[in-house]
Amino acid sequence: MTELSNPIPTQPPRSQWLDVWDQFKSHRGALMGGILFLLIVATVYLGPFVWDIEATHIDIRSRNQGPSWAHPFGTDQLGRDMLARMMAGGATSVSVGLTAMLLALFLGSFIGVLAGFFKRLDGPLMRLTDLFLALPLLPLLLVMMLLFREPLNATFGPEQGIFILIVASIGITSWMPTARIVRGDVLAIKEREFVMAARSIGTPDSKLISRHILPNVLSPIMVSATLGIATAIITESSLSFLGLGFPPDFPTWGRLLFDATDYLQQYPERVFWPGMAISLTVLSVNYLGDGLRDALDPRIRGR
Amino acid sequence: MLTFTIRRLILSVPTLLFISLMIFLLLELAPGDPMAQVPLTVPPEVKEKMREALGLGEPMHIRFWKWIVQFFWIEPQVLIDHYFGTTFSEGSLRVISWQTRSPVMDIVIQRMPQTLWVVGTAYVVAILIALPIGIYSAYRQYSWFDQLGTFVSMVGFSVPPFFSGVLVIVIFSVQLGWFPSIYDTTHVVDSWESFVKQLQQMIMPVMVLALQITAQLSRFMRASMLDNLNQDYVRTARAKGLSEYVVVMVHVLRNSMIPVVTVIALGIPSIFGGAIITEQVFKVNGIGQLLIGAIQANDLPMVQTLTFIFAVLIVLFNLIADVLYGILDPRIRYD
Amino acid sequence: MKLKTLLLGAIASTALAPAAFAERGSDGQVNIIYWQAPSILNPFLSGGTKDIDASALVIEPLARYDPNGKMIPYLASEIPTVENGGVSADLTSITWKIAPGIKWSDGSAFTAKDVKFTADYCMHPEGGCAQLTKFEGVTAVEALDDMTIKVTFDKPTPFPYGPFVGGESPIIQAAQFANCMGAKAPECTEANFGPIGTGPFVVEEFKPNDVITMSANQNYRDPAKPAFAKVLFKGGGDATAAGRAVMETGEFDYAWNLQLAPDVIAQMEAGGKGTPVAGFGPLVERIMLNNTDPTPSLGADERSVKRGHPFLNDPAVYKAMSLAIDRPLLVEIGYGKAGKVTCNWVPAPAAFNSDSFQCDKQDIAAANAMLDEAGYKDTNGDGIRETADGTPMKILYQTSTNAVRQDFQALIKQWWSEIGIETELRNINASVFFGGDPGSPDTFQKFYADVEMYANTFNGTDPQSYLAAGLCDKAPSPASQWQGENISRFCDSEYDALHAELTKTAGIEARAEIGKRLNDIMVSKGGMIPLVHRGRLSAHANTLGGVELNVWDSEMWNAANWHRTK
Repeated sequence: MTELSNPIPTQPPRSQWLDVWDQFKSHRGALMGGILFLLIVATVYLGPFVWDIEATHIDIRSRNQGPSWAHPFGTDQLGRDMLARMMAGGATSVSVGLTAMLLALFLGSFIGVLAGFFKRLDGPLMRLTDLFLALPLLPLLLVMMLLFREPLNATFGPEQGIFILIVASIGITSWMPTARIVRGDVLAIKEREFVMAARSIGTPDSKLISRHILPNVLSPIMVSATLGIATAIITESSLSFLGLGFPPDFPTWGRLLFDATDYLQQYPERVFWPGMAISLTVLSVNYLGDGLRDALDPRIRGR
Repeated sequence: MLTFTIRRLILSVPTLLFISLMIFLLLELAPGDPMAQVPLTVPPEVKEKMREALGLGEPMHIRFWKWIVQFFWIEPQVLIDHYFGTTFSEGSLRVISWQTRSPVMDIVIQRMPQTLWVVGTAYVVAILIALPIGIYSAYRQYSWFDQLGTFVSMVGFSVPPFFSGVLVIVIFSVQLGWFPSIYDTTHVVDSWESFVKQLQQMIMPVMVLALQITAQLSRFMRASMLDNLNQDYVRTARAKGLSEYVVVMVHVLRNSMIPVVTVIALGIPSIFGGAIITEQVFKVNGIGQLLIGAIQANDLPMVQTLTFIFAVLIVLFNLIADVLYGILDPRIRYD
Repeated sequence: MKLKTLLLGAIASTALAPAAFAERGSDGQVNIIYWQAPSILNPFLSGGTKDIDASALVIEPLARYDPNGKMIPYLASEIPTVENGGVSADLTSITWKIAPGIKWSDGSAFTAKDVKFTADYCMHPEGGCAQLTKFEGVTAVEALDDMTIKVTFDKPTPFPYGPFVGGESPIIQAAQFANCMGAKAPECTEANFGPIGTGPFVVEEFKPNDVITMSANQNYRDPAKPAFAKVLFKGGGDATAAGRAVMETGEFDYAWNLQLAPDVIAQMEAGGKGTPVAGFGPLVERIMLNNTDPTPSLGADERSVKRGHPFLNDPAVYKAMSLAIDRPLLVEIGYGKAGKVTCNWVPAPAAFNSDSFQCDKQDIAAANAMLDEAGYKDTNGDGIRETADGTPMKILYQTSTNAVRQDFQALIKQWWSEIGIETELRNINASVFFGGDPGSPDTFQKFYADVEMYANTFNGTDPQSYLAAGLCDKAPSPASQWQGENISRFCDSEYDALHAELTKTAGIEARAEIGKRLNDIMVSKGGMIPLVHRGRLSAHANTLGGVELNVWDSEMWNAANWHRTK
């Protein structure tokens, strides 16, 4: 009955996530990174509604032009508008980066936590990791193209089909480092006193993982995530360089950069835009990750 | 620890056999044809004959068995013959590349020096730069040094080597004329001048590669240091009156090295794997270029052998990483 | 007396020798870069141009083609013809005379036995020889004596210069390759990587797919040549880097096949260290028109096999499609100096180049009028024309993955959309597209599309076997495992009859006349739309003299004459 006599709380209890947000807000770099990232995402996805020149429209008379009001970023060797191509390319690159990173992150943390926590699964899962680490990416991609391209094209159309293929192939070939690092950390944390204490009061394994282990391995996961977006965007461009990946007529930042490399001396601005876009995205995601990592760490949050 | 290591070593044999089968099946399923690079002027009947001469007509399992025998039985004999002058391997067929019609292992050994020189140096340089940067950035978190380090490493990381490589070539080879744009694999280092020349031709690929590796490693080092700097034992150590240097460089560093060692150990096989794009840009023609060339030409024995060698290295270095874990962190027990 | 002659001889040799030896090897080292690296120096085991060109520095045929496509003797003393009695009157045999005094680089004499051995080596049934077509129809090769070789054919052969002519068919040494016949060919790594030859250079070290070092052949037949003592033949990388190394940094002296955008070449040329040179062989970039029905719903035995495309066989359609293309612009964007507008399938040699068609003007209005007149109208107002039975004119346009080809695709798609034809673009990885795997749906032979674009050419100067690609029975089909050169499945009785006549006609004028008519039938009856006559663009350093770009033979054909100009 004593509880009832307590005064009714004037405000709802602060949730943990509100604390996280407060900490995040106080981190200037993180905030700016976050805003910049949102800005980039908004530009590449919403920009085409404002700037309505099509990325594939060829205007052969105005090719190789420098920046002007009609074409703020200039035009390429076929007279396509670079701003439109940058936005179209960005939409693909950012989507590939985010989706592939999420996929890799999910697979990596899942397998890493399972392997580190359950001794019985450790051996088989780590052998699986070895297997994937040892598989050659390029032939794997070719096989996936052969086996899945037709059905994927039929279901999702040619552009969505190749997108899914590339995201999946980057995702399933880049989760292994995350898995190994997470496993290593879990192995160490598992032996710590607070885990033992939690176990001694009968905490079930699922709660043990979600409440005690996962929050403590969040920071290596966050670092993997920020590097993962960059890696995915760069892997995609490397695939274009090697003649795999998206077809040449399909703009992505990586491909725009690659195509412009030949014109480095004549039209340096053509290299500048995609290079800058990739760097800015990676940088903003990194600061965002830094802020998140700090905000998620209860020991820092108190300070 | 010893029994653990031995058990893992024994376990790795079936793993590797399974991996080799997986690679083989993957390559078999992949589309493509070793005759694709032969010009169109060569008629299809002739191409068919050439395919037969490569042994492509035989069923899959026979070809796999042949490769297993050649790789695990004949190639070691060749090695023994080479060192002891014996003739075990005489008359038996080695793993033959389809492009060059010559033993794959000979080419791999031929390619090793330039790959180890360039990629290996880049790795060492990167570790030497990345660790101090990571440690200091974490220790002085959000200082201008940390901010600058973050910025530079992220930009370095986000620029693909096919661009940064061409950029340094245009600046240092075309405009300034300081370094050669094409790596000379026939160059022999036998004097001070030739060593200087070797350094000159190595410097650009090494820098481009090191930039990428540094960026990754320093991020991991920094993150790992940050985790440990806030631990209770650090406060205890400080409270005991240990000097700041000892606290950071002995207590914190040792604990922070655990994940970093994994990353470093896991990266070593990639030294042998070469760097496909950087090697291509600078014409270093090492293992990476060999692999991509073989993939493009559908030279299956070459791809199979190379990827399998990588697999062996990866499994081996994973084991080494695990053993190092145990040494660095006594709380981890494998037995 | 005896002493005097000896002395005279000694004086003569001392007087001559220094002069001769001062020339050979006096110009130091020449650096050559091929962005595709040679993987073997035995052209019989590889069809790749890179391998043939590299081996041309070492091994030679009896005769080569010069830059004008004319045959000139190399190891033979003259070119056999019907007039000089070298070719028999019934056209069934040819007899070559070997030039006297030729030595292999190891010092042994070059004889007719080596020539006969070369034929046996390539024609061995288990060898998988890549140059087997050179020996097509050969029934016997005999060494009549040490200096005479006779080749007999199974039927009258008006053009008997297949075996032992050109870079694809050089002579290898019998002594070196004696144990490498048939299935054993790949085991002779040492011979395949370092053939003993009669050419100007000798292999010192061969690193497959990387680099070759060579030195001057001390037994080369011309004592004053080659001028260079060493050759460094580097492979790998990409065309841009190769061009840069010759024209901008000056590290290399010769770069092969620079397939680069015209303005990139111009920028490199401004570097001032080298010069690009172009040469034109018969290579034509073309759009093949599918004469059969590629509808996906048809079964494997009918798709792209059953004759009769829904609308592409109508002359009005393919002529309008051709008229809508601005070829000069394609050349300007894609190839620059290394391309010319062409309306022909066989644009070279000059004698075979037909002048029946004009196609250098784009005329969208005329193309539209042509389609209107033929009854293709846009009945439902969606911008796409329909055929008489209401099928919309939509086509699938495929090619291999390659930046220039994708630019072409994008441009042509836009032009075709202006005449009411909707185009879906597709590009396929080159190793799959040209791979010829009967199991893959994406090969150019299978042609599961309405139109497809690629380039093709022929070796040597006689297009007879190339023109055979228009014969009805050469069409790929499931019955032939999808093998066959008639990619467009063209079939015309007049064409077949005329080609049969070509196989019996001797004399260059008469052959050229028939060749032109065959070309005209193929183009005017809807086999293909030729786009660009592509040349080869290579670059050499300004200090490298003696380079004559040759598209009819290996580019290294006259490396013996190369020298330093400053």
